Amino acid sequence: MSATQQFSPVAKLEQKTVVDLILKGKRVDERGPLDYRPLTIMLGTVEKANGSAYVYLGKTKVLAGIKVETGTPFPDTPDEGILTVNSEFVPLASPTFEAGPPNENSIELARVVDRGIRESKAIDLKKLCIDPGKKVFMVFVDVYVLDHDGNLIDAAAMAALGALVSAKMRAFEVHNGELKYKDEKIPLPMLNYPVPTTSVKIDGTIVLDPCLEEEQVMSCRLTVTTDKDDKVCAMQKGGLGVFTPDEVKQIVSTSISKSRDLREKILSKVK
Amino acid sequence: MTLHAERKQLVAPGELLAEGPYFAGENTYREGGKIFASRIGMADVIGNKLIVVPIKGAYIPRIDDLVLGRVTDIGMSGWQVDICAPYPAMLPMSETPMRRDRESGRRDLGSIHGVGDLVLAQVIAFDRTRDPLLTTKGRGLGKITSGRVARISPAKIPRIIGKQGSMITMLKKETGTDIIAGQNGVILATGKNPDQERIAAEAIYMIEREAHTSGLTDRVKAMIQERMKGKTIA
Amino acid sequence: MRNDPAVKLIDSKGLRVDGRRLDELRPIKMEVGILDKANGSAYIEHGKNKILAAVYGPREAHPKHIALADRAVVRCRYHMAPFSVDERKSPAPSRRELELSKVIRESLEPAIMSEYFPRATIDIFIEVLQADAGTRCAGITAASLALADAGIPMRELVAACAAGKIEGKVILDLSDIEDKKGEADLPVALLPKSNVISLIQMDGSLSDEEFRQALDLSTDACRKIYEMQREALKLKYHIVRDGTEDKEEMAEVKA
Repeated sequence: MSATQQFSPVAKLEQKTVVDLILKGKRVDERGPLDYRPLTIMLGTVEKANGSAYVYLGKTKVLAGIKVETGTPFPDTPDEGILTVNSEFVPLASPTFEAGPPNENSIELARVVDRGIRESKAIDLKKLCIDPGKKVFMVFVDVYVLDHDGNLIDAAAMAALGALVSAKMRAFEVHNGELKYKDEKIPLPMLNYPVPTTSVKIDGTIVLDPCLEEEQVMSCRLTVTTDKDDKVCAMQKGGLGVFTPDEVKQIVSTSISKSRDLREKILSKVK
Repeated sequence: MTLHAERKQLVAPGELLAEGPYFAGENTYREGGKIFASRIGMADVIGNKLIVVPIKGAYIPRIDDLVLGRVTDIGMSGWQVDICAPYPAMLPMSETPMRRDRESGRRDLGSIHGVGDLVLAQVIAFDRTRDPLLTTKGRGLGKITSGRVARISPAKIPRIIGKQGSMITMLKKETGTDIIAGQNGVILATGKNPDQERIAAEAIYMIEREAHTSGLTDRVKAMIQERMKGKTIA
Repeated sequence: MRNDPAVKLIDSKGLRVDGRRLDELRPIKMEVGILDKANGSAYIEHGKNKILAAVYGPREAHPKHIALADRAVVRCRYHMAPFSVDERKSPAPSRRELELSKVIRESLEPAIMSEYFPRATIDIFIEVLQADAGTRCAGITAASLALADAGIPMRELVAACAAGKIEGKVILDLSDIEDKKGEADLPVALLPKSNVISLIQMDGSLSDEEFRQALDLSTDACRKIYEMQREALKLKYHIVRDGTEDKEEMAEVKA
């Protein structure tokens, strides 16, 4: 059952510091309201994975790994490969993370990342079919949150995208439903590049890319994922606060342009 | 200064009741010079105060409330009592009329009230931070060992009591029972025989069901008289 | 699966598979207070969706450590019956149900005055008996009624409805086939009095302009649903209004 969570672990005075700055158009880390934190993305850091990406978003650190395996397709999509996104809030990342089965926050994060990839049709799943109805490739995206300093959804989705675009699988041929691997390696059949940006509302002001201190005082957040054609492909609101319709429209427009820059940055890393 | 709700009008949460210099009373709230209902119920105006009389809702203890509760646990210095509120109530040893046994230092609490016992008590303290505190010091308070219990919605207790006690007086007279209505929705009817008590309980459930209808006192009275036919009131 | 050319979702007259106009809601029926044991309850039929919502509380927090010192904990469980969909759904909660439980709770909490009941819990249970696209929205609409029926203090009711896109057109309130074959789904929950959004999710593909259209369409529909909610609540207690004619009697109620 989903239950109200303890809102902020910091004292009211500390919360006030963050809010007062935002009301003056400033932020705890001296950014402007719509500035994104420095993004660093390193591709291929885990050699055993088909693809991997290590993302630093400010002090937030997320690692995503791709594994490609074979398996049975879903009955309703017999000629398509399978995409699975999973996320782990590893206990070393935050004093609030506990070991055990994924909680609702981790499930929400994985599902928002999944929605962006799936709805933008980022992977050409038809090309991952080996024998229709019997055997397909399965792409596993595992997101590891290693250090939680806010905006995990964006960091995770960008790590997932970085890992996907840099992933390599063994080239293959199919003869009468038989899978034969070849020597060379090929990239995954990518068609689109979804990138989310998350905004939060703090005392009536909208700021982009919240750090943890800001998330602790936010009333709500809105994640907007857009694709390479500037189309919105996924959205998710979170938190106990509310947005006006105009705020939502404004956030969507801002997200479209911001995601463009971030997408360019990620893709420029791929050789 | 405009009144948007008529008196006794049924209102839903968020419904605009008034604008201007009115006070926001029980079950209403003020936002930007306007007063809105916060619960389903009937709007009313008392002087320039707006209130909503709720139709339903949980029992929230108030100091001096008379309640009937069930002992759920025995602690070192008192009992925990379920009074059908969101908060467990505490009846401390010091708030019972029992004397401390000088020999052993303290009495065996279980011998006074055991788990499952029904107690009639009064709320003496309760606020946002503390669970309700009960006392059984007072006439008629303490363990209840006979009678019939009826449990109804606490929002209907005022109807059971009636205007200046008219309904409960009628109930007692017609059924020949003594009736104690706990503010927490638990009602006790004690009579000389089980028939009287059963009819009293039936009448109480009828009032709960039909609380919002008019001419209820007369109909309840007629029902009781019909049911009492052939029953002996000793 | 999407953009299947074999299925026409909009005919030459501009009508949808079930005969609706692009901006038309499915038929909606709501009933309040239909369960005996729950403190508050409601049933909704929205298209072929059949959903029950029940509210228990405010009640004692169990286990105790989940309690919050300054407000009630609101708990929410969205669950689909195994027979509610074409192929039997395992009764164990899926990841989808866990996520929806969270976003539904977050859509209702802004309306609930939980500060009145520190250390207590308010539990909301939503059971989808039959699913036909838009269950989270219909569930929110019903749960909001159940909360009001339980007599829980609320700032206002919450109404919800989805908009989306099929065959390049922005439409209101997707049916099952439109959800499966369409191009976008945008569920929205609105607090109509304050005109603020407490739930918004999206999947599919919408341009900035299409998104704005879809958002306007869904918020307008939420306002219509809000009127239906108020009617449903008043219908449940309509005898109350008849009874109020006897002022003498009603004065007793607030004694």
